[in-house]
Amino acid sequence: MKIDPNARYSKEHEWVRKDGENYLYGITDHAQDQLSDIVFIEFPEPGESFASGDIIGVVESVKAAADLYMPISGEITEVNEHLADTPEILNSDPFGEGWIVMFKSSDPSEFESLISAEDYEKLTGEE
Amino acid sequence: MRKQLEALIFELSSPGRKAFTLPGLDVPETDLPESYTRDQPNLPEVSELDFVRHYTHLSQMNFSIDTVFYPLGSCTMKYNPKVNERAASIEGLTHVHPLQPEATVQGSLELMYKLQEALKEISGFSAISLQPAAGAHGEFAGVLIMRAYHESRGDEKRTKILIPDSAHGTNPASSAMSGFSVVEIPSDERGNVDLEALKQECDSTVVGLMLTNPNTLGLFEEQVLEVCETIHACGGLVYGDGANLNALLGITKPADQGIDVMHFNLHKTFTTPHGGGGPGCGPVGVTEELAPFLPGPYSINEGDTYRLDMPEKSIGRLKSFCGNYGMFIRAYTYIRMMGPDGLRSVAENAVLNANYLKAKVSPFFPVAVDRTCMHEFVSHGDVPGTDVIALDVAKRLLDYGHHSPTNYFPLIVHDALMIEPTETESKETLDNFAEALEKIHQEAHEEPELLHSAPHITPVYRLDEATAARKPVLCYKG
Repeated sequence: MKIDPNARYSKEHEWVRKDGENYLYGITDHAQDQLSDIVFIEFPEPGESFASGDIIGVVESVKAAADLYMPISGEITEVNEHLADTPEILNSDPFGEGWIVMFKSSDPSEFESLISAEDYEKLTGEE
Repeated sequence: MRKQLEALIFELSSPGRKAFTLPGLDVPETDLPESYTRDQPNLPEVSELDFVRHYTHLSQMNFSIDTVFYPLGSCTMKYNPKVNERAASIEGLTHVHPLQPEATVQGSLELMYKLQEALKEISGFSAISLQPAAGAHGEFAGVLIMRAYHESRGDEKRTKILIPDSAHGTNPASSAMSGFSVVEIPSDERGNVDLEALKQECDSTVVGLMLTNPNTLGLFEEQVLEVCETIHACGGLVYGDGANLNALLGITKPADQGIDVMHFNLHKTFTTPHGGGGPGCGPVGVTEELAPFLPGPYSINEGDTYRLDMPEKSIGRLKSFCGNYGMFIRAYTYIRMMGPDGLRSVAENAVLNANYLKAKVSPFFPVAVDRTCMHEFVSHGDVPGTDVIALDVAKRLLDYGHHSPTNYFPLIVHDALMIEPTETESKETLDNFAEALEKIHQEAHEEPELLHSAPHITPVYRLDEATAARKPVLCYKG
């Protein structure tokens, strides 16, 4: 299972990575593997603000539908609309081209409170 | 050997052929006004024999309860007795119109009334409405009843519905459709509702709990009385999802467990056709306190006559006319054919069959929570040490002539295979199915490719579900 050492993680198998002033967000390799072939994604609107733990969208695979949770509070600045037509990128490149939303956060400490890559690897190893 | 694909009826078409004969013309021939004519209606033209063969071939491709074992968990795919069809085709019942004066349809109204009374006796509820057209429709009715009840008391701060993580997906959908938020309650290690987690969520904002008993792991909620008391103590109501009522018939009544409102699936428990075989029917039953809120109309009895009536504070009508009436006839026929002792034996044999099959299957596909089960059980469908997953096993079962169990549900079980044999299957059929699973387990180790590429005897190979969902082709020769 692939892990991005530069990202931080949530227990819901989502990753967040710093990208200049903003943050990128997606689902992990473990998450896409569990879901299997992803066929649909529902995005939030750019400009919408969310608190940590809010549901911001949905991914659907041939097996199941899963909510996307905001791991830290922030305002959506951009969504990866490319995924609407080619959701399979979420399966093939979850940490790269498969990023889902970009957002800005007012509290950098929230990012630091997420799970480190090392701990996330342990977490998925236990499952 | 793989069965042949059947051509579409359009592909069989040849100009001028027809499968009908009209009576001779006995009025002057007149052309249709131009505004009503079309150049190319593109209707298939086939002979009567080709027509009959085409649809007979299609019907032979079906995996149906009349042809194969169908252990689709949570769906109670039991045999639908043919006597039900005989009753449903009685002319006096089929040749009436729902707008006829009530005095002329007393028999039809009496049948509705007696079905309501029978469901009351079976469930322990005080009143029944036969309106909802399906299980999820009944759930929606139930949640609207809970909402109307709280609103009638001026208690408008209640906004959340508690739903165990083993619930049917329709439960949160019904709650959201009714404008409520959903809070998921985890299961404990015995597969019951986690009582401590439930207590933490119980406050004055709880509309109610949606509880399936037995739950979707096929397990009886061991603390059901305490669960219901906990919800009632915070002013909430308990909704019962009646999908699994087959396990309880004649043994325990949902109302006695503390459930306030529940739907029945006539197309599961009471042998009306399921899926493509006919419309569903999801009557809803309630306690005396909730009776004024039932959807209507329902049938009431005054002396020797019957009439339709609307409950006092009804949430309204959910279906045109009286509901899916044909299903009332079939379910009522079934209940009267079985009688009280027969219905109790349904539950006893459904539970016995499930436990027998569980014992035979679990050495190869271990059960998720190993307890005495009710009418169904959930196994892990993957084969450790191989790359075979539940989907491969499900598809391979088709080659052995069995319909697949429900797979990948409930979501709390990894690679779930949810197996519900029902009471109508013989020991031989159960043995045959268990043997097929044993062989498949062996194949998983010896010839896993056979499983990955299954099914092999059906007209089409393994369908590419991902491409079908991502790039659907929705038009014939589009």
